[in-house]
Amino acid sequence: MSIGITKRIIACLDVTKGRVVKGVQFVDLIDAGDPAELAHLHATSGADEIVLLDITATSDARPILIDVVRRTARQIFVPFTVGGGVRSLDDASALFDAGADKISINSAAIKNPGLITEIAERFGSQAVIVAIDAKRKTGAAVSAEGTIQAEAYLAGGRIATGLDAVEWAREAESRGAGEILLTSMDCDGTRAGFDCPLTAAVAKAVNIPVIASGGAGSGNHFVDVFKAGCADAALAASIFHFGIHDVRELKSQLQREGIPVRLPC
Amino acid sequence: MITLIDYKAGNLTSVRKAFTHLGQESVITDDPEVVRNAKVLVLPGVGHFCTTERLAASGVRDAVLDAISRGTPFLGICVGMQWQYAGSTEAPETKGLGLFEGSCERFQTKLKVPHVGWNQIQRTVEGQNSRLLEGVPDESFVYFTHSYRAPVVAGVCAVTVYDEIFASCVERDNVFGVQFHPEKSGDTGLRILKNFCNYAAERSAR
Repeated sequence: MSIGITKRIIACLDVTKGRVVKGVQFVDLIDAGDPAELAHLHATSGADEIVLLDITATSDARPILIDVVRRTARQIFVPFTVGGGVRSLDDASALFDAGADKISINSAAIKNPGLITEIAERFGSQAVIVAIDAKRKTGAAVSAEGTIQAEAYLAGGRIATGLDAVEWAREAESRGAGEILLTSMDCDGTRAGFDCPLTAAVAKAVNIPVIASGGAGSGNHFVDVFKAGCADAALAASIFHFGIHDVRELKSQLQREGIPVRLPC
Repeated sequence: MITLIDYKAGNLTSVRKAFTHLGQESVITDDPEVVRNAKVLVLPGVGHFCTTERLAASGVRDAVLDAISRGTPFLGICVGMQWQYAGSTEAPETKGLGLFEGSCERFQTKLKVPHVGWNQIQRTVEGQNSRLLEGVPDESFVYFTHSYRAPVVAGVCAVTVYDEIFASCVERDNVFGVQFHPEKSGDTGLRILKNFCNYAAERSAR
């Protein structure tokens, strides 16, 4: 019996116009399938959680597709997070009604940090994930104090905010966020590995779980992000969609490396 | 028909969805009379312990106690289980049902709090013949998300370790509680909910 919590493997569905898509560094999208079918497939093949992100809701200035969320939620009995275009408590309520267990907010939280508190007070902190899309500052990867210099972006990585990613994670926690979903824009879609130093910097700065995202390409990348990156969970999309990795196989590898995972699952 | 008690804190959709999947109809209510006359009661709970104060103010607390004393099967989930204890240091003024001894306290660990994610359950000696855990192997994984934990006292049928040992399932006669979220715990969670439904069905057939 383990003496602590297991590290979570999260399958992410990036959705636009009701279809799952995959791009490289947030652009050049290709079709990867139906969200409800893929979510069910991932949940039954060992994923610990499912995240559905409507990646163009904010940039298109439209609400998230509730019917897609409802249809996807129906057959999932593991935690289900939905994000993209959540701008208000009402938006969040509608998603919880449709079957989301957690909502992920990014742009709206930066524009109005009070929204984090508002949703957390109504639905509990466990239901609020603050997503941070972070990009390393050019020429300043590590400062003199040894801290990582990375900036938070909004609108799906389209707009720089001037906010320091680590500082913003800390503030999000103090305002009631239950988890941080940290996406490295530099690594996203590259399949060259997670940004472990940045993940570790955020994970050490906060006392809530940090989900690492962006760059997963092999089992070793997951080992690295759980060991060097101190991540509590790791999220990936394309490597699961296109069957490069079986989640159970990935978990067996992690277990062999001494990382506690939910297995059998 | 399962009656889900709504106390306006958090989200009942997932719990309802799981019962629907098991072929069980459910109704959501905050009306004490509906609660008093329910065939089967479930209190899903998330959020702060003080939100359960609303159950006392609205008369639902008394209705639940009435129903329990008449043998109505009752399942508490997460804060719903903690409410079955005497109370919680999260909200010292708020009284629990006192069906299990002791109070819930915040994790003292240096690990991250809240305890979020998949962890294992292990039957206690008392829990060897648990109805709730029938067919569920020891060390099965279930999904938790909480900052306060319930003490291991009489009536605890399974425990979990997160640096400290805490109660993850309680069971006494017609009262059942789980600290984790069975509606989010995959096949293991669905099995536990099914066991509760089976118990309720047998009971009403008697």
